[in-house]
Amino acid sequence: MTTAADKEELFIAKEQDVVPLRNLVKEYGVKIGMGILNQTKLITATSELVRNLLKYGGGGRVIIESVTNGRDFGVRVVFIDKGPGIKDINLAMQDGYSTGKSLGLGLPGTKRLVNEFDIQTELGNGTTVTIIKWKNG
Amino acid sequence: MQNSLLASLKEHQNKLLAEWSKLLQASGSTDGSTEEEESKEFASLLLDALKHSNGNADSDEFENVYDLLVGISSSRGRRGFSPRENAQYLIAFKEAASKILSEMESDPSKLYSANLELSKLLDNMAILTFESYMKGREEVISRQIDEISEISTPVIRVWDGIVALPIIGTLDSSRTQVVMENLLQQIVDTGSSIAILDISGVPAVDSLVAQHLIKTVSATRLMGAECIISGIRPEIAQTVVHLGIDLTGIITKASLASALQTAFDMLQLTVVKRKITN
Repeated sequence: MTTAADKEELFIAKEQDVVPLRNLVKEYGVKIGMGILNQTKLITATSELVRNLLKYGGGGRVIIESVTNGRDFGVRVVFIDKGPGIKDINLAMQDGYSTGKSLGLGLPGTKRLVNEFDIQTELGNGTTVTIIKWKNG
Repeated sequence: MQNSLLASLKEHQNKLLAEWSKLLQASGSTDGSTEEEESKEFASLLLDALKHSNGNADSDEFENVYDLLVGISSSRGRRGFSPRENAQYLIAFKEAASKILSEMESDPSKLYSANLELSKLLDNMAILTFESYMKGREEVISRQIDEISEISTPVIRVWDGIVALPIIGTLDSSRTQVVMENLLQQIVDTGSSIAILDISGVPAVDSLVAQHLIKTVSATRLMGAECIISGIRPEIAQTVVHLGIDLTGIITKASLASALQTAFDMLQLTVVKRKITN
């Protein structure tokens, strides 16, 4: 079971909000003693998802928590937007697929960077992405 | 609605000014001479407006008062007053005016309605000073953002025909634009054939940053120059691989030194240690 300890919530509305979020995520990683590689992976994943949140979701909330499953400590980041949602989730999770003009690596790439990845989306009701990166994961 | 009591405040302007400056001195939110001039102008304009505007806070007379107030609050801001002190400045005026009013009128209900109107007006103005203070601050911030993005993308001519561009911080769309413009212009200006993009100072390379890098490299190549990306740290390399970004078409190096070495090789230059001959 995963239990949460510290928790913080940020509102993301513009590109300038990305840097403070990234710093906060890094701080959470450092606090649990995460190594530099996993930190970088977590930060990159966060940065990837928050860009999606801004670009497709029109901004939203991000919740950062430190979590533990008893054996390991980790950081959980939840991205919640109230945007249009994703039409075909399987397609969106494919490498190289993008409705925008990007590389189309955001979602599938992020999934490879983190240990746990969950995406819930409903057309017209927004998207919630939850990721967990374990300290030794 | 015409409040005759407020309109006739004009006749007591000097008394009001004296009272106001006394209050300001007591609260410490004054700095003497420059202010006296400002205050005099403000009081005179405001009292005129009260006299002629028929109590309509949107009239032209009040427009002038607001304009002056914005000017005063920004000049006070530059002189080091806090927004709180600026608000106090107006509140002191209100206090002084309401004191004068109570000397002029003894009927409590008339006095009350005059005070109420005065309060409404001046509270609005106090809010206005806050707004203009914030606006001033925002202007400073946006100017600083521009400055930072200007100074943070220097293009350095490291050798004849080689330019280097160290990127520090996040590479977002607007920044990439500046970086690309500077780089391409420098390639033309210096006639360089090799550009080194050093990303040691970029905290994370996500797909968007990578896309921007690829675009910059493509643009450089279109100009007939070769582009080397250096400063790829081990954790960045692994992250890029996991993300699935394809950088195989680009020359990448771990350090600026090895990028420079590669550039020398391309230009068929060799760096030789001088032989010491005795």
